[in-house]
Amino acid sequence: MKTPKELYYQETHEWVKVEGDFAYIGITDFAQDELGEVVFIEMPEVEDQLSKDTEFATVESVKAASDLIAPVSGVIVEINEELEDSPELLNEDSYENWIVKIELEDKSELEGLMDADAYKKLTSE
Amino acid sequence: MEKTTLHKDHVRLGAKMVEFAGYEMPIQYTSIKEEHEAVRKNVGVFDVSHMGEIYVYGKDATPFIDTIFTNNVAKLNQGDIAYGFMCYDDGGTVDDLLVYKYNDTFYLLVVNAANKDKDFEWISQHKKGQVDVADKSNEYGQIALQGPNAVGLLNGMCEKDLSLIKPFTFMECQMGERELLISRTGYTGEDGFEIYGEPDDIASLFNELVESGVTPCGLGARDTLRYEAALPLYGHELSPTITPVDAGMSFAIDFDKTHFIGKDALFRHKQNKKRRLVGLELLKKSVPRETYPVYKGDTQVGHITTGYISPTKGVPLAMALIDKPHDKRGSDLEVGIRNKRIPARVIKKKLLNYKPNQN
Repeated sequence: MKTPKELYYQETHEWVKVEGDFAYIGITDFAQDELGEVVFIEMPEVEDQLSKDTEFATVESVKAASDLIAPVSGVIVEINEELEDSPELLNEDSYENWIVKIELEDKSELEGLMDADAYKKLTSE
Repeated sequence: MEKTTLHKDHVRLGAKMVEFAGYEMPIQYTSIKEEHEAVRKNVGVFDVSHMGEIYVYGKDATPFIDTIFTNNVAKLNQGDIAYGFMCYDDGGTVDDLLVYKYNDTFYLLVVNAANKDKDFEWISQHKKGQVDVADKSNEYGQIALQGPNAVGLLNGMCEKDLSLIKPFTFMECQMGERELLISRTGYTGEDGFEIYGEPDDIASLFNELVESGVTPCGLGARDTLRYEAALPLYGHELSPTITPVDAGMSFAIDFDKTHFIGKDALFRHKQNKKRRLVGLELLKKSVPRETYPVYKGDTQVGHITTGYISPTKGVPLAMALIDKPHDKRGSDLEVGIRNKRIPARVIKKKLLNYKPNQN
Protein backbone atom coordinates (compact mmCIF):
# COMPACT_ATOMS: atom_id res chain seq x y z
CA MET A 1 0.00 0.00 0.00
CA LYS A 2 1.48 3.36 -1.01
CA THR A 3 1.76 6.14 1.58
CA PRO A 4 3.76 9.07 0.18
CA LYS A 5 5.97 10.79 2.76
CA GLU A 6 5.18 14.41 1.88
CA LEU A 7 1.43 14.22 2.55
CA TYR A 8 -0.74 14.73 5.62
CA TYR A 9 -3.34 12.08 6.46
CA GLN A 10 -6.42 11.69 8.60
CA GLU A 11 -7.96 8.58 10.02
CA THR A 12 -10.98 8.68 7.70
CA HIS A 13 -8.48 8.02 4.86
CA GLU A 14 -8.18 11.40 3.16
CA TRP A 15 -4.80 12.96 2.33
CA VAL A 16 -3.72 16.60 2.05
CA LYS A 17 -0.88 17.91 -0.09
CA VAL A 18 0.15 21.48 0.69
CA GLU A 19 1.47 23.84 -1.97
CA GLY A 20 1.97 27.33 -0.55
CA ASP A 21 -1.42 28.67 0.51
CA PHE A 22 -3.24 25.93 -1.37
CA ALA A 23 -3.90 22.29 -0.70
CA TYR A 24 -4.99 19.29 -2.75
CA ILE A 25 -7.24 16.73 -1.05
CA GLY A 26 -7.79 13.14 -2.10
CA ILE A 27 -8.32 9.63 -0.77
CA THR A 28 -5.59 7.20 0.19
CA ASP A 29 -4.50 4.04 -1.57
CA PHE A 30 -5.86 2.09 1.40
CA ALA A 31 -9.27 3.77 0.97
CA GLN A 32 -9.54 3.04 -2.76
CA ASP A 33 -8.54 -0.56 -2.15
CA GLU A 34 -11.14 -0.98 0.58
CA LEU A 35 -13.86 0.60 -1.58
CA GLY A 36 -13.13 -1.41 -4.70
CA GLU A 37 -14.03 -0.14 -8.15
CA VAL A 38 -15.07 3.50 -7.96
CA VAL A 39 -18.03 4.18 -10.24
CA PHE A 40 -19.12 7.70 -9.30
CA ILE A 41 -17.95 10.70 -7.33
CA GLU A 42 -20.43 13.27 -6.15
CA MET A 43 -18.33 16.42 -6.32
CA PRO A 44 -18.77 19.72 -4.53
CA GLU A 45 -18.58 22.91 -6.59
CA VAL A 46 -15.89 25.49 -7.05
CA GLU A 47 -16.26 28.29 -4.46
CA ASP A 48 -17.94 25.92 -1.99
CA GLN A 49 -16.66 26.37 1.54
CA LEU A 50 -15.02 23.32 3.09
CA SER A 51 -15.24 23.11 6.87
CA LYS A 52 -12.89 20.81 8.71
CA ASP A 53 -14.56 17.57 9.88
CA THR A 54 -17.62 17.94 7.67
CA GLU A 55 -18.58 15.98 4.55
CA PHE A 56 -17.70 17.54 1.22
CA ALA A 57 -17.98 14.77 -1.39
CA THR A 58 -19.06 11.14 -1.76
CA VAL A 59 -17.07 8.42 -3.45
CA GLU A 60 -19.21 5.52 -4.62
CA SER A 61 -17.84 2.12 -5.52
CA VAL A 62 -19.90 -0.70 -7.01
CA LYS A 63 -20.75 -1.85 -3.52
CA ALA A 64 -20.58 1.13 -1.16
CA ALA A 65 -20.89 4.88 -0.76
CA SER A 66 -18.25 6.64 1.32
CA ASP A 67 -18.47 10.26 2.45
CA LEU A 68 -15.28 12.27 2.38
CA ILE A 69 -14.57 14.35 5.47
CA ALA A 70 -12.68 17.61 5.06
CA PRO A 71 -9.31 17.33 6.82
CA VAL A 72 -8.84 21.13 6.65
CA SER A 73 -10.99 24.19 5.99
CA GLY A 74 -10.94 26.48 2.98
CA VAL A 75 -12.62 27.55 -0.22
CA ILE A 76 -12.59 25.23 -3.23
CA VAL A 77 -10.70 26.79 -6.11
CA GLU A 78 -10.72 23.78 -8.42
CA ILE A 79 -12.28 20.33 -8.68
CA ASN A 80 -10.72 17.47 -10.61
CA GLU A 81 -13.14 17.36 -13.52
CA GLU A 82 -11.37 14.39 -15.05
CA LEU A 83 -12.78 12.25 -12.25
CA GLU A 84 -16.34 13.09 -13.27
CA ASP A 85 -15.90 11.19 -16.52
CA SER A 86 -13.37 8.65 -15.28
CA PRO A 87 -13.95 7.93 -11.58
CA GLU A 88 -11.94 4.70 -11.96
CA LEU A 89 -8.78 6.86 -12.03
CA LEU A 90 -9.01 6.83 -8.23
CA ASN A 91 -8.32 3.09 -8.32
CA GLU A 92 -5.38 3.53 -10.65
CA ASP A 93 -3.59 6.18 -8.60
CA SER A 94 -5.39 7.83 -5.74
CA TYR A 95 -2.52 10.26 -5.03
CA GLU A 96 -2.04 11.49 -8.59
CA ASN A 97 -5.81 11.97 -8.89
CA TRP A 98 -6.70 14.57 -6.29
CA ILE A 99 -10.36 15.42 -5.77
CA VAL A 100 -10.44 19.12 -4.82
CA LYS A 101 -7.96 21.97 -4.55
CA ILE A 102 -8.68 24.53 -1.84
CA GLU A 103 -7.25 27.77 -0.57
CA LEU A 104 -6.26 27.00 3.01
CA GLU A 105 -8.03 29.02 5.63
CA ASP A 106 -6.00 28.08 8.68
CA LYS A 107 -2.70 26.30 8.26
CA SER A 108 -2.59 25.41 11.95
CA GLU A 109 -5.30 22.78 11.22
CA LEU A 110 -2.58 20.75 9.53
CA GLU A 111 -0.94 20.15 12.88
CA GLY A 112 -3.74 17.86 13.97
CA LEU A 113 -3.24 15.53 11.00
CA MET A 114 -1.06 12.41 10.79
CA ASP A 115 2.19 11.96 8.97
CA ALA A 116 2.83 9.02 6.65
CA ASP A 117 4.34 6.83 9.37
CA ALA A 118 1.42 7.32 11.74
CA TYR A 119 -1.08 6.65 8.95
CA LYS A 120 0.77 3.55 7.83
CA LYS A 121 0.66 2.30 11.38
CA LEU A 122 -3.09 2.98 11.59
CA THR A 123 -3.88 1.06 8.43
CA SER A 124 -1.68 -1.92 9.22
CA GLU A 125 -3.44 -2.55 12.52
CA MET B 1 -17.99 -16.65 12.25
CA GLU B 2 -18.43 -19.81 10.19
CA LYS B 3 -16.27 -20.70 7.22
CA THR B 4 -16.95 -22.87 4.20
CA THR B 5 -14.50 -25.62 3.22
CA LEU B 6 -13.24 -23.32 0.46
CA HIS B 7 -12.31 -20.49 2.85
CA LYS B 8 -8.56 -21.06 2.62
CA ASP B 9 -8.80 -21.21 -1.18
CA HIS B 10 -10.60 -17.88 -1.32
CA VAL B 11 -7.85 -16.34 0.77
CA ARG B 12 -5.17 -17.97 -1.41
CA LEU B 13 -6.88 -16.53 -4.51
CA GLY B 14 -6.66 -13.07 -2.96
CA ALA B 15 -10.37 -12.60 -2.25
CA LYS B 16 -11.61 -9.77 -0.09
CA MET B 17 -13.59 -11.51 2.64
CA VAL B 18 -16.71 -10.14 4.34
CA GLU B 19 -19.30 -11.37 6.83
CA PHE B 20 -22.47 -12.63 5.17
CA ALA B 21 -25.22 -14.54 6.99
CA GLY B 22 -22.80 -15.60 9.71
CA TYR B 23 -20.18 -16.82 7.22
CA GLU B 24 -16.93 -15.25 6.16
CA MET B 25 -17.38 -15.18 2.38
CA PRO B 26 -15.55 -13.66 -0.62
CA ILE B 27 -17.12 -10.41 -1.80
CA GLN B 28 -14.73 -10.22 -4.76
CA TYR B 29 -11.46 -11.74 -5.96
CA THR B 30 -10.21 -9.11 -8.39
CA SER B 31 -13.09 -6.91 -9.45
CA ILE B 32 -16.87 -7.08 -9.23
CA LYS B 33 -17.17 -5.71 -12.77
CA GLU B 34 -14.77 -8.27 -14.25
CA GLU B 35 -16.43 -11.13 -12.41
CA HIS B 36 -19.85 -9.88 -13.49
CA GLU B 37 -18.74 -9.70 -17.10
CA ALA B 38 -17.17 -13.17 -16.99
CA VAL B 39 -20.58 -14.62 -16.09
CA ARG B 40 -22.49 -12.59 -18.70
CA LYS B 41 -20.07 -13.42 -21.52
CA ASN B 42 -18.22 -16.60 -20.60
CA VAL B 43 -18.34 -18.54 -17.34
CA GLY B 44 -17.76 -17.95 -13.63
CA VAL B 45 -17.87 -20.08 -10.49
CA PHE B 46 -19.25 -19.12 -7.06
CA ASP B 47 -18.83 -20.81 -3.69
CA VAL B 48 -22.34 -20.90 -2.26
CA SER B 49 -21.69 -23.56 0.37
CA HIS B 50 -23.26 -21.29 2.98
CA MET B 51 -26.72 -22.09 1.59
CA GLY B 52 -28.90 -24.39 3.70
CA GLU B 53 -29.90 -27.92 2.68
CA ILE B 54 -32.85 -29.53 4.46
CA TYR B 55 -34.28 -33.01 3.83
CA VAL B 56 -38.00 -33.56 4.15
CA TYR B 57 -38.94 -37.21 3.79
CA GLY B 58 -41.46 -39.85 4.78
CA LYS B 59 -44.76 -41.24 3.55
CA ASP B 60 -46.56 -37.87 3.84
CA ALA B 61 -43.73 -35.65 2.58
CA THR B 62 -45.60 -34.52 -0.55
CA PRO B 63 -48.87 -33.38 1.08
CA PHE B 64 -46.88 -31.88 3.97
CA ILE B 65 -44.62 -29.73 1.79
CA ASP B 66 -47.66 -28.60 -0.16
CA THR B 67 -49.07 -27.12 3.07
CA ILE B 68 -45.99 -24.96 3.78
CA PHE B 69 -44.89 -24.13 0.22
CA THR B 70 -46.61 -21.77 -2.23
CA ASN B 71 -45.78 -23.77 -5.33
CA ASN B 72 -47.06 -27.27 -6.08
CA VAL B 73 -44.78 -30.24 -5.41
CA ALA B 74 -47.45 -32.92 -6.00
CA LYS B 75 -47.33 -31.93 -9.67
CA LEU B 76 -43.56 -32.31 -9.95
CA ASN B 77 -41.96 -35.33 -11.58
CA GLN B 78 -38.94 -37.06 -10.09
CA GLY B 79 -35.91 -34.91 -10.83
CA ASP B 80 -37.91 -31.69 -11.05
CA ILE B 81 -37.24 -28.55 -9.04
CA ALA B 82 -39.80 -25.96 -7.96
CA TYR B 83 -39.05 -22.39 -6.90
CA GLY B 84 -41.43 -20.91 -4.37
CA PHE B 85 -41.95 -19.51 -0.91
CA MET B 86 -42.81 -20.40 2.62
CA CYS B 87 -45.14 -17.73 3.97
CA TYR B 88 -46.60 -16.68 7.29
CA ASP B 89 -50.36 -16.63 7.80
CA ASP B 90 -50.42 -12.95 6.85
CA GLY B 91 -48.61 -13.64 3.56
CA GLY B 92 -45.25 -12.27 4.72
CA THR B 93 -42.27 -14.29 3.51
CA VAL B 94 -40.49 -16.82 5.72
CA ASP B 95 -38.03 -17.59 2.91
CA ASP B 96 -37.74 -18.25 -0.79
CA LEU B 97 -36.40 -21.68 -1.68
CA LEU B 98 -35.90 -24.43 -4.23
CA VAL B 99 -37.55 -27.80 -3.66
CA TYR B 100 -35.80 -30.77 -5.34
CA LYS B 101 -38.03 -33.82 -5.80
CA TYR B 102 -36.26 -37.18 -5.63
CA ASN B 103 -39.62 -38.96 -5.35
CA ASP B 104 -42.95 -38.60 -3.56
CA THR B 105 -41.39 -39.43 -0.22
CA PHE B 106 -38.05 -37.61 -0.43
CA TYR B 107 -37.26 -33.95 -1.04
CA LEU B 108 -34.25 -31.65 -0.73
CA LEU B 109 -35.05 -28.05 0.21
CA VAL B 110 -32.38 -25.46 -0.55
CA VAL B 111 -32.81 -22.32 1.54
CA ASN B 112 -31.04 -19.03 2.22
CA ALA B 113 -28.04 -19.17 4.55
CA ALA B 114 -29.37 -16.37 6.72
CA ASN B 115 -32.67 -18.20 7.21
CA LYS B 116 -31.72 -21.83 7.56
CA ASP B 117 -32.21 -22.14 11.33
CA LYS B 118 -35.47 -20.20 11.18
CA ASP B 119 -36.64 -22.33 8.24
CA PHE B 120 -35.76 -25.58 9.96
CA GLU B 121 -37.75 -24.47 13.02
CA TRP B 122 -40.68 -23.37 10.87
CA ILE B 123 -40.81 -26.62 8.91
CA SER B 124 -40.44 -28.73 12.05
CA GLN B 125 -43.19 -26.83 13.88
CA HIS B 126 -45.68 -27.38 11.08
CA LYS B 127 -44.88 -31.03 10.49
CA LYS B 128 -47.95 -33.14 9.71
CA GLY B 129 -48.34 -36.88 9.20
CA GLN B 130 -45.48 -39.28 8.73
CA VAL B 131 -42.65 -36.87 7.95
CA ASP B 132 -39.07 -36.34 9.07
CA VAL B 133 -37.07 -33.16 8.71
CA ALA B 134 -33.26 -33.04 8.84
CA ASP B 135 -30.88 -30.10 8.50
CA LYS B 136 -28.06 -31.43 6.29
CA SER B 137 -26.39 -28.08 5.63
CA ASN B 138 -23.07 -29.09 7.14
CA GLU B 139 -22.86 -32.19 4.98
CA TYR B 140 -23.16 -30.29 1.72
CA GLY B 141 -20.86 -28.05 -0.22
CA GLN B 142 -22.35 -26.09 -3.11
CA ILE B 143 -20.93 -24.18 -6.04
CA ALA B 144 -22.66 -22.40 -8.90
CA LEU B 145 -21.14 -22.55 -12.39
CA GLN B 146 -22.81 -19.81 -14.39
CA GLY B 147 -22.51 -18.25 -17.81
CA PRO B 148 -23.17 -19.04 -21.48
CA ASN B 149 -20.19 -21.43 -21.57
CA ALA B 150 -21.01 -23.24 -18.32
CA VAL B 151 -22.89 -26.18 -19.82
CA GLY B 152 -20.30 -26.99 -22.48
CA LEU B 153 -17.49 -26.75 -19.98
CA LEU B 154 -18.97 -29.02 -17.33
CA ASN B 155 -20.27 -31.45 -19.92
CA GLY B 156 -16.70 -32.24 -20.87
CA MET B 157 -15.95 -33.28 -17.29
CA CYS B 158 -18.83 -35.66 -16.66
CA GLU B 159 -19.77 -39.07 -18.07
CA LYS B 160 -23.42 -38.14 -18.50
CA ASP B 161 -24.70 -35.66 -21.05
CA LEU B 162 -25.45 -32.70 -18.81
CA SER B 163 -27.18 -30.78 -21.58
CA LEU B 164 -30.05 -33.24 -21.00
CA ILE B 165 -30.64 -31.55 -17.65
CA LYS B 166 -33.40 -29.12 -18.53
CA PRO B 167 -33.92 -25.87 -16.64
CA PHE B 168 -35.30 -26.55 -13.16
CA THR B 169 -34.39 -30.22 -13.19
CA PHE B 170 -31.46 -32.12 -11.67
CA MET B 171 -29.44 -35.28 -12.09
CA GLU B 172 -27.07 -37.26 -9.92
CA CYS B 173 -23.75 -37.66 -11.60
CA GLN B 174 -20.39 -39.30 -10.98
CA MET B 175 -17.35 -37.17 -11.74
CA GLY B 176 -14.22 -39.20 -11.01
CA GLU B 177 -14.57 -40.17 -7.37
CA ARG B 178 -17.07 -37.44 -6.71
CA GLU B 179 -20.79 -38.08 -6.38
CA LEU B 180 -22.58 -34.91 -7.32
CA LEU B 181 -26.06 -33.52 -7.62
CA ILE B 182 -26.19 -31.19 -10.60
CA SER B 183 -29.15 -28.91 -11.28
CA ARG B 184 -29.84 -26.53 -14.14
CA THR B 185 -30.50 -23.58 -11.88
CA GLY B 186 -28.80 -20.39 -10.87
CA TYR B 187 -29.05 -16.87 -9.60
CA THR B 188 -27.50 -14.79 -12.35
CA GLY B 189 -29.93 -14.71 -15.28
CA GLU B 190 -27.49 -16.84 -17.28
CA ASP B 191 -27.49 -20.52 -18.15
CA GLY B 192 -25.56 -22.80 -15.85
CA PHE B 193 -25.58 -25.28 -13.02
CA GLU B 194 -25.67 -25.44 -9.29
CA ILE B 195 -23.60 -28.37 -8.05
CA TYR B 196 -23.92 -30.07 -4.67
CA GLY B 197 -21.81 -32.71 -3.00
CA GLU B 198 -19.59 -33.51 -0.06
CA PRO B 199 -17.75 -30.36 1.02
CA ASP B 200 -14.28 -31.70 0.12
CA ASP B 201 -15.45 -32.89 -3.30
CA ILE B 202 -17.06 -29.55 -4.00
CA ALA B 203 -13.91 -27.71 -2.89
CA SER B 204 -11.69 -29.79 -5.17
CA LEU B 205 -14.09 -29.24 -8.09
CA PHE B 206 -14.10 -25.48 -7.47
CA ASN B 207 -10.30 -25.45 -7.51
CA GLU B 208 -10.16 -27.60 -10.63
CA LEU B 209 -12.53 -25.23 -12.42
CA VAL B 210 -10.54 -22.17 -11.37
CA GLU B 211 -7.27 -23.80 -12.46
CA SER B 212 -8.81 -24.55 -15.83
CA GLY B 213 -9.51 -20.84 -16.28
CA VAL B 214 -13.02 -20.32 -14.91
CA THR B 215 -13.30 -16.92 -13.20
CA PRO B 216 -13.93 -17.23 -9.46
CA CYS B 217 -16.74 -14.84 -8.56
CA GLY B 218 -17.70 -13.36 -5.21
CA LEU B 219 -20.91 -12.25 -3.56
CA GLY B 220 -20.49 -8.77 -5.05
CA ALA B 221 -20.96 -10.03 -8.61
CA ARG B 222 -23.60 -12.50 -7.44
CA ASP B 223 -25.66 -9.53 -6.26
CA THR B 224 -25.18 -7.33 -9.35
CA LEU B 225 -25.99 -10.31 -11.60
CA ARG B 226 -29.15 -11.38 -9.81
CA TYR B 227 -30.43 -7.80 -9.55
CA GLU B 228 -30.09 -7.24 -13.31
CA ALA B 229 -32.02 -10.46 -13.82
CA ALA B 230 -34.80 -9.26 -11.44
CA LEU B 231 -34.22 -12.16 -9.04
CA PRO B 232 -35.26 -11.24 -5.50
CA LEU B 233 -32.94 -11.47 -2.51
CA TYR B 234 -34.47 -12.22 0.86
CA GLY B 235 -34.13 -9.23 3.18
CA HIS B 236 -34.31 -6.84 0.21
CA GLU B 237 -37.12 -7.76 -2.20
CA LEU B 238 -38.74 -10.32 0.15
CA SER B 239 -39.15 -10.23 3.92
CA PRO B 240 -41.68 -10.86 6.69
CA THR B 241 -43.33 -7.60 5.55
CA ILE B 242 -42.74 -7.97 1.79
CA THR B 243 -44.92 -10.73 0.35
CA PRO B 244 -44.17 -12.71 -2.83
CA VAL B 245 -47.16 -10.89 -4.38
CA ASP B 246 -45.50 -7.52 -3.65
CA ALA B 247 -42.35 -8.85 -5.28
CA GLY B 248 -44.27 -9.81 -8.44
CA MET B 249 -43.64 -13.51 -7.87
CA SER B 250 -47.21 -14.82 -8.23
CA PHE B 251 -46.01 -17.27 -10.91
CA ALA B 252 -44.52 -19.33 -8.06
CA ILE B 253 -47.76 -19.38 -6.07
CA ASP B 254 -50.34 -22.06 -6.89
CA PHE B 255 -53.67 -20.56 -5.82
CA ASP B 256 -55.43 -23.70 -7.11
CA LYS B 257 -54.11 -25.74 -4.22
CA THR B 258 -56.78 -26.27 -1.56
CA HIS B 259 -54.56 -24.96 1.22
CA PHE B 260 -51.13 -23.69 2.11
CA ILE B 261 -50.05 -21.37 4.92
CA GLY B 262 -50.62 -17.78 3.85
CA LYS B 263 -52.88 -18.65 0.91
CA ASP B 264 -55.90 -16.61 1.97
CA ALA B 265 -53.84 -13.54 2.80
CA LEU B 266 -51.87 -13.76 -0.45
CA PHE B 267 -55.07 -14.19 -2.44
CA ARG B 268 -56.68 -11.11 -0.88
CA HIS B 269 -53.45 -9.28 -1.43
CA LYS B 270 -53.40 -10.22 -5.09
CA GLN B 271 -56.96 -8.94 -5.56
CA ASN B 272 -56.04 -5.64 -3.97
CA LYS B 273 -52.38 -4.89 -4.62
CA LYS B 274 -51.09 -1.82 -2.83
CA ARG B 275 -47.55 -1.79 -4.18
CA ARG B 276 -45.33 -3.56 -6.64
CA LEU B 277 -41.67 -4.26 -7.32
CA VAL B 278 -40.58 -2.34 -10.42
CA GLY B 279 -37.45 -1.26 -12.22
CA LEU B 280 -36.24 2.33 -12.00
CA GLU B 281 -34.00 4.18 -14.40
CA LEU B 282 -32.27 7.18 -12.82
CA LEU B 283 -32.04 9.97 -15.35
CA LYS B 284 -28.91 11.62 -13.94
CA LYS B 285 -25.55 10.08 -13.07
CA SER B 286 -25.78 8.80 -9.50
CA VAL B 287 -25.79 5.53 -7.60
CA PRO B 288 -29.14 4.30 -6.26
CA ARG B 289 -28.81 2.21 -3.10
CA GLU B 290 -31.05 0.10 -0.95
CA THR B 291 -33.41 2.07 1.38
CA TYR B 292 -33.19 5.34 -0.60
CA PRO B 293 -36.68 6.90 -0.65
CA VAL B 294 -38.64 7.35 -3.87
CA TYR B 295 -40.94 10.35 -4.19
CA LYS B 296 -43.78 11.62 -6.30
CA GLY B 297 -43.76 15.34 -5.58
CA ASP B 298 -43.53 15.68 -1.82
CA THR B 299 -44.96 12.26 -1.04
CA GLN B 300 -42.80 9.22 -0.50
CA VAL B 301 -44.24 6.45 -2.67
CA GLY B 302 -41.69 3.72 -2.06
CA HIS B 303 -38.06 2.81 -1.61
CA ILE B 304 -35.19 1.24 -3.47
CA THR B 305 -34.60 -2.41 -2.63
CA THR B 306 -31.40 -2.92 -4.67
CA GLY B 307 -29.51 -0.48 -6.87
CA TYR B 308 -26.24 -0.03 -8.69
CA ILE B 309 -24.77 1.53 -11.74
CA SER B 310 -25.69 -1.58 -13.72
CA PRO B 311 -22.43 -3.25 -14.76
CA THR B 312 -24.03 -4.55 -17.97
CA LYS B 313 -25.88 -1.37 -18.95
CA GLY B 314 -23.50 1.24 -17.51
CA VAL B 315 -26.32 3.43 -16.18
CA PRO B 316 -27.91 3.77 -12.74
CA LEU B 317 -30.76 1.25 -12.50
CA ALA B 318 -32.62 0.01 -9.44
CA MET B 319 -35.30 -2.33 -8.20
CA ALA B 320 -37.83 -0.45 -6.10
CA LEU B 321 -41.01 -1.23 -4.22
CA ILE B 322 -43.49 1.43 -5.38
CA ASP B 323 -47.04 2.19 -4.20
CA LYS B 324 -49.84 2.07 -6.72
CA PRO B 325 -50.61 3.87 -8.98
CA HIS B 326 -47.07 5.22 -9.31
CA ASP B 327 -45.77 1.78 -10.31
CA LYS B 328 -46.92 2.17 -13.94
CA ARG B 329 -44.23 1.95 -16.58
CA GLY B 330 -43.11 5.42 -17.58
CA SER B 331 -44.13 7.07 -14.29
CA ASP B 332 -41.88 10.00 -13.50
CA LEU B 333 -40.60 9.84 -9.92
CA GLU B 334 -37.64 11.10 -7.91
CA VAL B 335 -35.08 9.28 -5.79
CA GLY B 336 -33.74 10.96 -2.66
CA ILE B 337 -29.96 10.59 -2.58
CA ARG B 338 -28.45 12.35 0.43
CA ASN B 339 -29.77 15.92 0.13
CA LYS B 340 -30.62 15.71 -3.58
CA ARG B 341 -33.56 14.57 -5.66
CA ILE B 342 -32.62 12.61 -8.76
CA PRO B 343 -35.28 12.23 -11.47
CA ALA B 344 -36.20 8.61 -12.20
CA ARG B 345 -38.61 6.68 -14.39
CA VAL B 346 -40.35 3.36 -13.88
CA ILE B 347 -39.14 0.66 -16.30
CA LYS B 348 -39.45 -3.11 -16.62
CA LYS B 349 -38.19 -5.00 -13.60
CA LYS B 350 -35.91 -7.16 -15.70
CA LEU B 351 -33.11 -4.64 -15.96
CA LEU B 352 -31.14 -6.86 -18.35
CA ASN B 353 -33.76 -5.99 -20.97
CA TYR B 354 -33.33 -2.26 -20.38
CA LYS B 355 -32.87 -0.14 -23.48
CA PRO B 356 -32.21 3.59 -23.23
CA ASN B 357 -35.24 5.72 -24.15
CA GLN B 358 -37.50 2.69 -24.14
CA ASN B 359 -40.37 4.82 -22.94
